[in-house]
Amino acid sequence: MTTTTTPKRVSIAESLRGAITEEMERDPKVFCLGEDIAVPGGWGGAFTVTLGLEERFPDRMINTPIAELGFFGVGVGAALMGMRPIVDVQYGDFLFLAMDQIVNNAAKMCYMSGGQCKVPLVMRAPVGATGRGSQHAQNLERYFIGVPGLKVVAVSTAYDARGILKAAVRDDNPVLIFEHKLLYGSKGARAESGAIDASSEIPEGDYVLPLDQAAIRREGNDVTIVGWLLTAHLAQQAADRLADEGVQAEVIDARSLSPIDFATICASVEKTGRLVIVEEGPKTGGVGAEIAAGVTERLGDRARASIRRVASADIPVPFTPVLENAYVPDVPRIMAAVLDMVKG
Amino acid sequence: MTNPPQAKIDIDSYEAGFLLGLYERMVQIREFEEGVKFLFLEGTMPGTIHQCQGQEACAVGVCTALEPTDWITSTFRGHGHALAKGLSVDEMLFELFGAATGCAGGKGGSMHMVNMDKGMIPSIAIVAGGVPVAAGMALAFKMQQTGQVAACFFGDGAIAEGAFHEGVNMAAIWDVPVVFICENNQYGASTHVSKVMRAATIAERLSSYGIDGRRIDGNDVIAVYEAARRAVDDCRAGRGPAFLELLTYRRTGHSRRDACHYQPKPEREQWLEYDPIVRLGQALVEAGHATTEELDAVRKQILTSFDDAVERAKTQPQPTLADLTTHVLA
Repeated sequence: MTTTTTPKRVSIAESLRGAITEEMERDPKVFCLGEDIAVPGGWGGAFTVTLGLEERFPDRMINTPIAELGFFGVGVGAALMGMRPIVDVQYGDFLFLAMDQIVNNAAKMCYMSGGQCKVPLVMRAPVGATGRGSQHAQNLERYFIGVPGLKVVAVSTAYDARGILKAAVRDDNPVLIFEHKLLYGSKGARAESGAIDASSEIPEGDYVLPLDQAAIRREGNDVTIVGWLLTAHLAQQAADRLADEGVQAEVIDARSLSPIDFATICASVEKTGRLVIVEEGPKTGGVGAEIAAGVTERLGDRARASIRRVASADIPVPFTPVLENAYVPDVPRIMAAVLDMVKG
Repeated sequence: MTNPPQAKIDIDSYEAGFLLGLYERMVQIREFEEGVKFLFLEGTMPGTIHQCQGQEACAVGVCTALEPTDWITSTFRGHGHALAKGLSVDEMLFELFGAATGCAGGKGGSMHMVNMDKGMIPSIAIVAGGVPVAAGMALAFKMQQTGQVAACFFGDGAIAEGAFHEGVNMAAIWDVPVVFICENNQYGASTHVSKVMRAATIAERLSSYGIDGRRIDGNDVIAVYEAARRAVDDCRAGRGPAFLELLTYRRTGHSRRDACHYQPKPEREQWLEYDPIVRLGQALVEAGHATTEELDAVRKQILTSFDDAVERAKTQPQPTLADLTTHVLA
């Protein structure tokens, strides 16, 4: 038996594992459904999040065939009957296989039943370019933020991962949680090269976080930088170096992508007058476009400078490190955009 | 493979009341479908319709084998399933009229009939989309040991979808209490089932999942009821899932304005002779359970109450614009 007390400083993978464990202990209707999540001696999912849980909950860790469309549908059906499934894909890219069940069923059941149905379904998906070529690498957020009926969140710290996972399990709506492969802190054979430390001190006891609020990671008056997942960390690194050049950047982790927390973002942009949105993924049609349009609509002339997006080129994710590194936004590109804007 | 069934309906082991109940429910579906067809064609109701005239024995035979606490999933061709599961003519007609008092408050329409108090989740109008969902409902029943059963309706068109195979396979490996009901009406939109499948029957394909699929005369309500009863009993006893192929015929167009020019005339005429309502009616008369006049009276009574329901539907309140953005989230 593992202990229910969460260790003090934990990775995102450990934090999610602890939160799932506690939610399953709290509510017998919570169960996990996914590929390679319940194989003794196995992986605990692709990134160790559910490692060992099958020993503790042998009847509620449901290992599936490789059939994403099918088991997302199974999750919808179980949720409609009052269960609270946590369904995950090994790589976010596989969400395309499950698209019909997510978009046509999970997201629409409440509306098209006139409010009779609830689908309390949690979906988890790892994203991000990590040396795996084009099909195990995409950032899928853009494809889901425009789906009414779906809540979309992105966790970039272990503290957030715990509070958001718990809130998602207790929410009566389908919630899609994006996680980043470089932020998990997975260990052993599942460790990622190039990983960034996203671990947190976790306080004792239960807590939930709102599913609709951005987090201000650093305060500043000169420019607002918005990122999420990996780019929330890159934005903070850029902000640290910008401070050396006398530019005080305010860094916002968007965290909630549907709905987007425009209140927090716009308040910051009103203060700084400048907005840089940093997105891993093609610039065209990205989440950044929605943030930019939403801020423009709300603030109009009150933003002093034009909005900039630092995003990937409009290309599939390349494999070779020299090209992949150029695909993912980095600190120098963020700094260049900010400096150009501040001094321009 | 598509020859109409020849066997006479065997009603010997059933009481008159039970049989007349089956008859009445089938006529209810038939007249509902004929009535809404007219209302659509005259332009009284908005939207589109996919109808099930001639397939009434499937819905009624299966749903009669279910308990009120059991659940069904349905499809875009779902009016018959909804009526057979106990939804009222009023709540369905009001929904077709887009009224706020409809079973989905006017937000669902013909293809998403629902009543969560009567064991029907919204019909799923994506072909085979309900198959994994039903497997998940049955998984929930099994995990919670509720003893409930899910019955999943779909057509022959669903058999080529990935969702069908993924959902059936998971139901099979987890032994969950779901009865898959394939209403083989022989046409997926305008394409005959023989053009999309090499095997002779759909039922035989289920052996590859370790499921004993059976083909049943889908226009014999007693045969359907008995097969469904066995399947439901098996599921409740932990021997699920089960699969029934109900051979029937789609005599209506795929949707409202389809004239079915692709269906050979002799085939249509042959199948019309095997009308499930006529067949049961004949058996009832021959057995002395009812006279032709009494059966006519049943139909007239249903027609009268349908006409009354239409008048009520015409005066139901429509949703207001304030309802536009409600129910997006629970």
